Amino acid sequence: MTFFDVKNLTVKFGGLTAVDNVSFGINEGEVFTIIGPNGAGKTTLFNLISRLYTPSAGQIIFRDEDVTRLSAQQIAGRGIARTFQNIELFESASTLQNLLVGRHRHSTTRTWQDILRTRKVREEEVAHRRAAEEVMDVLRLQRYRDTTIGNLPYGVRKVIEVARALCVGPTLLLLDEPSSGLNVEETNAMAEWILEINRRLRVTVLMVEHDMSLVSRVSDRVLALNYGKMMALGTAAEVQGHPDVIAAYLGA
Amino acid sequence: MAHHVRTDYGDSDPLFPSKAAVFWYAVLIAGLIAAPYLLESYYLSQLVFIMIYAIVGVALNILSGQAGQVSIGHAAFLAIGAYFTAVAQKYGLPLVLYLPLAGVFTGIAGYLVGLPALRLHGIYLAIATLAFAFIVEEIIARWESVTNGNEGLMLPPPSLFGLKLGTEGFYYLCLLVTVLVVLAAINIIRSSTGRSFMALRDSETAARSMGIDTARYKTTAFALSAGITGIAGALYAHKMSFISPEMFSLSVSIDFVMIIIIGGLVSLRGAVFGAIFMIMADPLLIILKDQLPLWADMVTHGLYLPDSVNQAVQAGVSRVVNAPGLKSLIFGIIIIVFIIYEPLGLDGRWQRVKAYFKQFPLARQRSARPPRMFLKSERR
Amino acid sequence: MLDFTQQLISGVALGCVYGLIALGFVLIYKATEVVNFAQGEIMMLGAFMSVTFITTLGLNYWLSFLLCVIAMAILGAIMERLVLRPILGYPQFSIVMATIGLGLVIRALVGIIWGTDDLRIETPFTDGVFKIGALVIAWDALSIIVATILLCAALYAFFRFTRVGIAMQATSQNMLAAYYMGIPVKRMFSLIWSLSAMVACAAGILLAPITLIHANLGFLGIKAFPAAVLGGFGSIPGAVAGGITIGIVESLSGFYLPEGFKDVAAYVVLLAVLLWKPQGLFGLNAVKKV
Repeated sequence: MTFFDVKNLTVKFGGLTAVDNVSFGINEGEVFTIIGPNGAGKTTLFNLISRLYTPSAGQIIFRDEDVTRLSAQQIAGRGIARTFQNIELFESASTLQNLLVGRHRHSTTRTWQDILRTRKVREEEVAHRRAAEEVMDVLRLQRYRDTTIGNLPYGVRKVIEVARALCVGPTLLLLDEPSSGLNVEETNAMAEWILEINRRLRVTVLMVEHDMSLVSRVSDRVLALNYGKMMALGTAAEVQGHPDVIAAYLGA
Repeated sequence: MAHHVRTDYGDSDPLFPSKAAVFWYAVLIAGLIAAPYLLESYYLSQLVFIMIYAIVGVALNILSGQAGQVSIGHAAFLAIGAYFTAVAQKYGLPLVLYLPLAGVFTGIAGYLVGLPALRLHGIYLAIATLAFAFIVEEIIARWESVTNGNEGLMLPPPSLFGLKLGTEGFYYLCLLVTVLVVLAAINIIRSSTGRSFMALRDSETAARSMGIDTARYKTTAFALSAGITGIAGALYAHKMSFISPEMFSLSVSIDFVMIIIIGGLVSLRGAVFGAIFMIMADPLLIILKDQLPLWADMVTHGLYLPDSVNQAVQAGVSRVVNAPGLKSLIFGIIIIVFIIYEPLGLDGRWQRVKAYFKQFPLARQRSARPPRMFLKSERR
Repeated sequence: MLDFTQQLISGVALGCVYGLIALGFVLIYKATEVVNFAQGEIMMLGAFMSVTFITTLGLNYWLSFLLCVIAMAILGAIMERLVLRPILGYPQFSIVMATIGLGLVIRALVGIIWGTDDLRIETPFTDGVFKIGALVIAWDALSIIVATILLCAALYAFFRFTRVGIAMQATSQNMLAAYYMGIPVKRMFSLIWSLSAMVACAAGILLAPITLIHANLGFLGIKAFPAAVLGGFGSIPGAVAGGITIGIVESLSGFYLPEGFKDVAAYVVLLAVLLWKPQGLFGLNAVKKV
């Protein structure tokens, strides 16, 4: 079975080809990292996979299904969850409510049932709450349960975003620069959590990251992009040693 | 400070936050049930208006407060509900049938208005709802075979199961509908649908990435809000017993938005507070008109000013008091003052007063202003 | 055919007024992302002020015009300072409501100061007509069209060639970056409001001879919304083009279609265009970055 495959993915914005003929595959259970200088097209690639952007050409296969033409909400419904580089939390709601929104794809009640708050709605609410609490246990977020996001520091919000994505119950988790804006301790904790999510919860992780120490610590394989094109693919050490990658970073 | 210990995920979002709240809401309901026996008919009538406005406030709270979609054309939905009622009653439908049907019919209209909303954002949506309201008003004025045009329609008094509803009967009907609408709204807000509305309001991108079908929930929000307003329109038609197009003009839509601005967008309580404020503004204004010249007189006499000044002041005061635009002047000032100094509305003030007494004497002056967002642009 | 041309010209004249009001919306929206629902009332205030200068004080038309525009510039800055500055950065919904409140206050004050009777002013263009064959064009209508062209040229030059104009453009493109470059952003906002009030005032005085001056003149502002939206809400030529479109649509539908269509024609066109192109005819359609 193909777990996740990107084939010849291309997107053009006007005259600019932001992602140019990119192909790679992710094996179930691994941590796959995309690196590259600023403007290399990493976030664009993420937005293509989560279908916030529409590819100009190419295919995205997830668990033997062509998901290239699905909408963003259908992608989430298939079990691909994501975080955002600049944090897109629901600012005026509490942590718990943010996580419960993540549970959306698991709720099966219709609006009229919600209005009447039928027995089924009440049962599902309990199930959602339990799932959200379990995620909060893993990421140690209990103390922020009822705090409004707007009042929380940046580092905590970053973790809450991961938690919200986990509440979706993903098989593939997309993390867009999980360590950006975090200090050294927070980055270390984030690395531990990524490993825990990957090893213990058995979630495949695709991430974009700049911090090479974090990348080498958690990634099974690394893909380097530059100007939307693939430069190198392999283990962290292989990619870091690749002459093109060194040239791209040092600007040879 | 009281803490609530919960032992089960099932009661994490209870209908009432505490036992004390259960008690006070019971007192409120008992008071409202006893009202017809205690109050003069004028006050009873004001209560009915408050309830109708509160229903509209709840509808707008769902749309604007929860789902973050703007409408400055809600008078159109009130009109659709009201005219549906008048026509249904003419064709002999019973109240138990046409009251919910007014909601359904208006809800469908709201769904249709929600369709363009899928593609519109912020200000474009506001202007589209405005345009919709003008068009509805014009259709009602021109479709004379059904609506009798600008002449308006008379409605016979409502009857339930063959019994004519008197003033008290209609009061109880409004009370029942209000309670049901508020309960329904509470249930929506604490459910998956309500959380999807919230997600829509705060970040549409994130909502989509969480698997929320934003198009579906936008139209749902419009349909629900319009439907509830339609039910209010049915009650309004019966309360007025006469309807005509100019009763549903732009200024009525603005009154409706004022309900939630003044009451506060955050909670349903705000909708009720706002409704009370809007309805009580009229009698207060009349009192003000009577009293202002007397007060001015007291001041000028108290300062021993010469008669000529006194007369000039009286002339000025009477000019202001009798000006046709006095109400809109005061409303305009109220809107601006509330938005600048009380952005969370009456409900926000109420919460802070409660917090002050709970924490007494430890309460601190804390800013309850919403955080400013200089960088967040709605322009795309 | 003659009827058609006649209607077309009066439509263009009315459309120019809509365009000028829409221009006021656009100036403010571009700079501050505020949609000013009081724009129509500001225009009305300008028209009423001209009554005081021309009829009550008996001043020369051109001098009065100048005085009105200056007075409105000051009032515009005061409104910005008192009402809009304190809520800068609030959600758009609150700001829209604040401008609606401002509009209510202006309308009520106009009623208290000038009363509710219809007023009129004498202008150098009153009763003059211009004939081309059988076609009759009133001087009033022509004055509006010419003034609109002149105003647009002046605004273009202002934004293109003056330091302040360029600073305003910078502010409207990126408030924070402009601030870091040493542009006094807050003063720019006051200036934008002044400018927009001046344009509205000019529109009001030009409009006065063809509609009479009354306390409901402000509702024309709501008619100018479709104009601004058609123009995409961000483009100055778009606003004028949108205004003229709406003026023509209204004028022709008033002449050829049954009664009632005239009042809603603008809104029907607006809804149709929004369904077809959600960002207006000249609007930018960029996707939000994440």
